[in-house]
Amino acid sequence: MTQVNLTIDQLDVMAEEGTTILQAALANNIYIPHLCSHPELRPAGICRLCLVEVEGQLLVSCSTAVAEGMVVQTATLEVEKIRRLAVELMVAEHERTCLSCGKNNDCKLQEICRFVGVDEKRLASLQPAERKLVDSSHPFITKDESKCVLCGICVRTCREIQGAEAIDFISRGYATKIGTFGARPLQESNCEACGECVIRCPVGALLPRGFARPSREVETICPFCGTGCGLFLGVRGDRIVSVRGNPGHTTNRGRLCVKGRFGWTFVHSQERLKTPLIKRKGRLEEASWEEALELVTAKLGRYRGEEVGVFASAKTTNEEIYLTSKFARVVLKTNNIANVAHLCHANTVRGLLPVTGSAGMTVPVWQIKEAACLFVTGCNPTEAHPIIGLEIRQAVRSGAKLIIANPREIPLCRLPHLRLPLRPGTDLALLLGIAKTILEEKLLDEAFIAERTLNFDTFKASLEKFSLAEAEAVSGVPAERIREAARLYATSKPALIFWSMGITQHSHGHKNVWALAHLAMMTGNYGKAGAGVAPLRGHNNVQGATDMGATPAWYPGYQLCPGYELYPRFGKFASSKEKFEAAWGCELPETPGLSTVKQFNPRARGWGGPEMWDLPQKIKAWYIIGTDLVNSVAGSHGVRQNLEAAEFVVVQDIFLTETAKLAHVVLPAASFAEKDGTFTATDRRVQRIRRAVTPPGLAWPDWRIICELAGRMGYGDKFAYQDPAQIMEEIASVVPLYGGISYGRLEKEELRWPCYGQEHGGTPVLHVDRFLRVEKGEFWPLEYELSPELPDEEYPLVMTTGRLLPHFHYNMTAKVEGIEALGGKDFVEINEEDAAALQLKSGDMVRLVSRRGSLLSRAKVSKAILPGVVFKPIHKGAVNLLTSADFIDPMGTTPNTKVCPVRLEKA
Amino acid sequence: MDERVKNILASFRGHRSEIIPILQAVQHEFGYLPEQEMKEIAKFLRVPESQVYGVATFYAQFYFTPRGKHEIKVCLGTACHVRGANKILDALERELGICCGETTSDALFSLEKVACVGSCALAPVVMIDDNVYGRLETKKVKEVLGKYA
Ligand code: SF4
Ligand code: SF4
Ligand code: SF4
Ligand code: FES
Ligand code: FES
Repeated sequence: MTQVNLTIDQLDVMAEEGTTILQAALANNIYIPHLCSHPELRPAGICRLCLVEVEGQLLVSCSTAVAEGMVVQTATLEVEKIRRLAVELMVAEHERTCLSCGKNNDCKLQEICRFVGVDEKRLASLQPAERKLVDSSHPFITKDESKCVLCGICVRTCREIQGAEAIDFISRGYATKIGTFGARPLQESNCEACGECVIRCPVGALLPRGFARPSREVETICPFCGTGCGLFLGVRGDRIVSVRGNPGHTTNRGRLCVKGRFGWTFVHSQERLKTPLIKRKGRLEEASWEEALELVTAKLGRYRGEEVGVFASAKTTNEEIYLTSKFARVVLKTNNIANVAHLCHANTVRGLLPVTGSAGMTVPVWQIKEAACLFVTGCNPTEAHPIIGLEIRQAVRSGAKLIIANPREIPLCRLPHLRLPLRPGTDLALLLGIAKTILEEKLLDEAFIAERTLNFDTFKASLEKFSLAEAEAVSGVPAERIREAARLYATSKPALIFWSMGITQHSHGHKNVWALAHLAMMTGNYGKAGAGVAPLRGHNNVQGATDMGATPAWYPGYQLCPGYELYPRFGKFASSKEKFEAAWGCELPETPGLSTVKQFNPRARGWGGPEMWDLPQKIKAWYIIGTDLVNSVAGSHGVRQNLEAAEFVVVQDIFLTETAKLAHVVLPAASFAEKDGTFTATDRRVQRIRRAVTPPGLAWPDWRIICELAGRMGYGDKFAYQDPAQIMEEIASVVPLYGGISYGRLEKEELRWPCYGQEHGGTPVLHVDRFLRVEKGEFWPLEYELSPELPDEEYPLVMTTGRLLPHFHYNMTAKVEGIEALGGKDFVEINEEDAAALQLKSGDMVRLVSRRGSLLSRAKVSKAILPGVVFKPIHKGAVNLLTSADFIDPMGTTPNTKVCPVRLEKA
Repeated sequence: MDERVKNILASFRGHRSEIIPILQAVQHEFGYLPEQEMKEIAKFLRVPESQVYGVATFYAQFYFTPRGKHEIKVCLGTACHVRGANKILDALERELGICCGETTSDALFSLEKVACVGSCALAPVVMIDDNVYGRLETKKVKEVLGKYA
């Protein structure tokens, strides 16, 4: 960078070429009043307070670049006169109620007035502003137009940082104000309620509602989605009063979505569980820890092996999940240890083991912007992983190509993109169409295929008979569009593929995943910055749940269990039973365990050989940590029946969920803000969470409850930990991927697994010279298959499901006042043609009926969804009453949630 | 999409600079700028909806509600202002049951305010379509409106 010499107020300064006069002055401690300039935004030159004089000329310093030899004066008589006038005019139109304003002492206008020295008497003679009404209709943001100085920072923030473009200057002259399309309230516009504009507004015109200034801040990680944004909890006394994005965190760089910024109030909800509960005569009654633990020890302690099922929570810490997995195997001698990953990315994780050896997102979130092509399929990042959605927006704005395959028009479709509107469940045909084109048009990376992969010819042969015409017939996407997508994907490198439940929640989901990984291998998109695959993890720590072995298939660290030697190439990893028997100092169960769906529907077909299909129900007792199975498992009716019929059920959670209501004993747990530990983000980054406040009532951290129970069941010596740091030491000693992780290092380092030892710096980009674990990537033959249940005359529509921006699942955000108002309302989205045929209009009550059940909702008629498809958010209305748990994936055991034939009736 | 908008958009290239002519064409066709049509324009030009609205509201020529059969323009220029134009506006609003900028539900009248219409000598002045009503008093408002019923 070239340096430029100039003088500002007689001071010789040096500045980088291209910086503005304002930046150069501020960097040298010379203050120039400025209101509309913001370090993170492009200059706009609106307020004109930053005037300076350069060789007799008045210039706007925030938008004028420095030049060699420039002589700048920031306070000539002329400048001061104009500036004072501008400030006075601004103040005159400004509602002057500083003392009661939330921005008092933190306000840029006050700062400027003090600097300029505004004459109160003259101000008094100016006309007082007409008081406009304060708009407090938004649940999280108050807008006071009388205080707005029209600096446009909010408009630019919404455009440049958030990319939502919900607001702009509207009207003109004296009536100019900031508003949305149609001058509607924010919550009725494209606003994503991120609050980014609020934190940047220099005055009190935009303020967060109900925030107080904290007396200390605790650095931690967001508890909602797997993006893993860094934040500070602001604490006053023993209460959280604010949340602020961590500007130093490389994933979110200070930004937060609506959940991260405003969703924390669930922590202090009145509905938190505060004491243990024991069911007496059908009613859950308060009890002491002593009573509850004794009861659990006596009752749960009776069941062993195949008689008991354990659920780890993807919302708890790695340390706690590790202990859950250890507790199941060591204390209860069972491999029936499951978690919600079996409903989501198990098809990705187990599916990719034999292909690329690991299903980790290949690159850090911050590298998304280095990708030249983003292929977004079966996911809706803007709503489900909002900060990743922002990174995608930024990449596209700086020129990356975007391909979107989705039956719905997702918010990312507002960007320039190539859309592949496929019918639900036909992903494989579409992806094979893309692969076929890459083959035919020789867009392959031959060198990569030869050097780094195996069995390409087998895959190639499996495509021989498949044609683009078939791809079009099955998926409904025109062949030419599929070809275009293939060319775009294969020729814009590095390319990154994003997916989520739309790909995995099928009984053939692992094949969809294989196809995606194959596309990346064919084009050499592995092992490079910004390239590869990004299977977006849902929960804050569902990555950790898989890493820590909360699954029947492996012990912590993907070290396989007996009966799961499914992959011949893992010969030497066949079973790690002996290793863990040595590490944990006891014998471990031999019988293969069952994953989530199988535990409640042992008759589910697909996984294992046919001998595994029609199993009898052997489980009599469950220990369920932080998972609302009754709402989240497909075919939820069956889950409820099983839990009702069970001999003993313990649920450990922070709220009395629908699942907890069915328990015999409920144990109150601490939330993320009340304990120490680590979460692993979707990009494999292991991050510290820290205790900020005390748990409510008698609630304990999950790790402490597990240790206490283990102790009472006779395994105290194997569960004797002082604190979570000690648990992490043990994890590092048995899990090579986490071998170099310690709390000490996490204080100062950004570590992504694999991190093999103290000297190892972690792995930002996966598979650089060789594929993790398998050395070489392996192609598998692929043929498309149709979903097991298809629409017919009785059930002519296909229901597919997904998330909405404000909600995270349900139990936490449902306790957040205000989320409902932000479009958290339940609906079923239906195409306008289908709606017309059924004579439905938006808002009509409808009954959604599947082969398994029915529920009520309200119609939302739209153009944004394909005809023949309806979309139902997962948050409310027990959508899984309709879905089926009968068919599961042979590898990942994930059920066929995303293709559910239904009919719609006017209710 | 409404056929009429489709036809209008078909005659443009989709460049941002065409925003004003497109808005004008749409208003000419519909008599005002319906929201759905503005959204289509935003999509067509690949600009945010909020920006289309921002631009449209910047110009006095655009309306956001259907126009009435008769257009009432209340002058709020200096001379009229001094002579109580606000009271006349209030009276009109009360009489018609709408706010300035709106249209009556029977679509008979739209009410707008304007700056000096050049008849200061007659202040306060109200124009209905092309007719000028000067030296207006609040109690005469009803009578004037009656002529258009
Ligand atoms: S609301 Fe705040 S940020 Fe937006 S223009 Fe007004 S003062 Fe500036
Ligand atoms: S909250 Fe976010 S999306 Fe909404 S207007 Fe502000 S910056 Fe835009
Ligand atoms: S994107 Fe995910 S991790 Fe980040 S603030 Fe939002 S919910 Fe939290
Ligand atoms: S800060 Fe330069 S014009 Fe506002
Ligand atoms: S001010 Fe009303 S006509 Fe001139």
